[in-house]
Amino acid sequence: MPPRVVPAHPVAFDGSVPWTLHPQVSLRPEAFGALAYHFGTRRLSFLKSRTLLAVVESLADQPTGHEACRVAGVPSDELGRYEQALNTLAESGMICPREAS
Amino acid sequence: MTTTDAAPAVVGRLVDRFEQGLDAPICLTWELTYACNLACVHCLSSSGRRDPGELSTDECKAVIDEFERMQIFYVNIGGGEPTIRGDFWELVEYATDHHVGVKFSTNGSRITDEVAARLAASDYVDVQISLDGATADVNDAIRGAGSYGTAVRAMDRLARAGFEGFKLSVVVTRHNVGQLDDFKALSDRYGAQLRLTRLRPSGRGADVWDELHPTADQQHQLYRWLLAHGEDVLTGDSFFHLAGYGESLPGLNLCGAGRVVCLVDPVGDVYACPFAIHEEFLAGNVRSPGGFTEVWRHSDLFTELRQPQSAGACGSCGHYDACRGGCMAAKFFTGLPLDGPDPECVLGHGEHALAGRQGTVPPKPALDHSKPARPVPVAMGPAHRAAVTTPSRPPDRPCDESPLAASGLGA
Repeated sequence: MPPRVVPAHPVAFDGSVPWTLHPQVSLRPEAFGALAYHFGTRRLSFLKSRTLLAVVESLADQPTGHEACRVAGVPSDELGRYEQALNTLAESGMICPREAS
Repeated sequence: MTTTDAAPAVVGRLVDRFEQGLDAPICLTWELTYACNLACVHCLSSSGRRDPGELSTDECKAVIDEFERMQIFYVNIGGGEPTIRGDFWELVEYATDHHVGVKFSTNGSRITDEVAARLAASDYVDVQISLDGATADVNDAIRGAGSYGTAVRAMDRLARAGFEGFKLSVVVTRHNVGQLDDFKALSDRYGAQLRLTRLRPSGRGADVWDELHPTADQQHQLYRWLLAHGEDVLTGDSFFHLAGYGESLPGLNLCGAGRVVCLVDPVGDVYACPFAIHEEFLAGNVRSPGGFTEVWRHSDLFTELRQPQSAGACGSCGHYDACRGGCMAAKFFTGLPLDGPDPECVLGHGEHALAGRQGTVPPKPALDHSKPARPVPVAMGPAHRAAVTTPSRPPDRPCDESPLAASGLGA
């Protein structure tokens, strides 16, 4: 079952709520990070670090976006940069808030 | 396709990564058949007649299975007119069932209301209608009489069926470069997205390139137009040679041949890019042991293309980093050395090089599937016949996407 997605439209990233990869997005790991392709919008995104990939992959299993960052090993002094990257992904609809389980 | 960068930095320039190649293409063009009901004068693949050696349905499905294993998100299907194949819809369905999205190029002749409704209902299929003039006279001179009407009818049907965001794909020529605003208005009217690509001297395009490629002034006009319309318009990254004017256009600005893109032709041959159907750029065949994966990852040609390339005669030019010497296929099929300027070099070096060829005969494509009655530029059947016979011929479709909007944060 794909996770239930809350909003129909992309929103800004908020690390205090639960997130998920959009059900129509596929990830392909690459040496530099990953490619993400959204079958709905037909957009391609580049995740330029393996850690960011780990964050995105763990979103659906963690209670909040921040927790996903922590679990994936994002150093606290780099959290800001990762939030920025996650915001880019949120604005293009690659990731989206989900209902709390 | 549009791209974004999400990146907490760190990896250096993505472009450099791409030049070294990836385990699987970002984007791949698959010509399904050389058969076509049209005979466009600039056809990249010299299509017309089916090749008896074309991949069977089962072979096509095996190729799709490989694409799925390699996690190729989607393929750009063309031809020839791909919808002419009796198993076309079966293959589209097979691909999407196996997580390989499809974008196909068509002249529109087989887009009935029923087909349009089916396409509109799928998130995994995208359609690209080829049109090379915003008016029937300009278009039909290139694509054949009645082909404008056929394309417009197809767009009507797609729009009526509620298909939003299909692509209107235009090869920019000397005769339609003044119609860019009209093309944009036309695609806006249909809720479609405009895609402009470069005329290549490939296939039958070699025969008409001298007369049809935009003049130097027109190239600059095109460049300004592209800068003004930015991300609204797709280009398949085909105009990176224009980056020599100064500002980079949106997109990768890199020749992705054999690095992030390639072409699989109807008989399974794998070429470095859709504009290079010539043995010089032939990397292997999907029917050989190891299949497409082996060709992509280990063929001699692709391995070589992923090595640092020599700037050659362009090495002393301050713009080399921007244009990278331009398009390999454009140089090859105009008889220019691969390590020299693009024939349409915006600094004029290409014109000098062309003038200096002194009777060299440019290489011809190895294959020609043109119909025997050689493409008479303007003579096609009457418009009403098109709905039955259908032709089509997607001019060029490189990667429709721009493999990337270059780097952003980390770069």
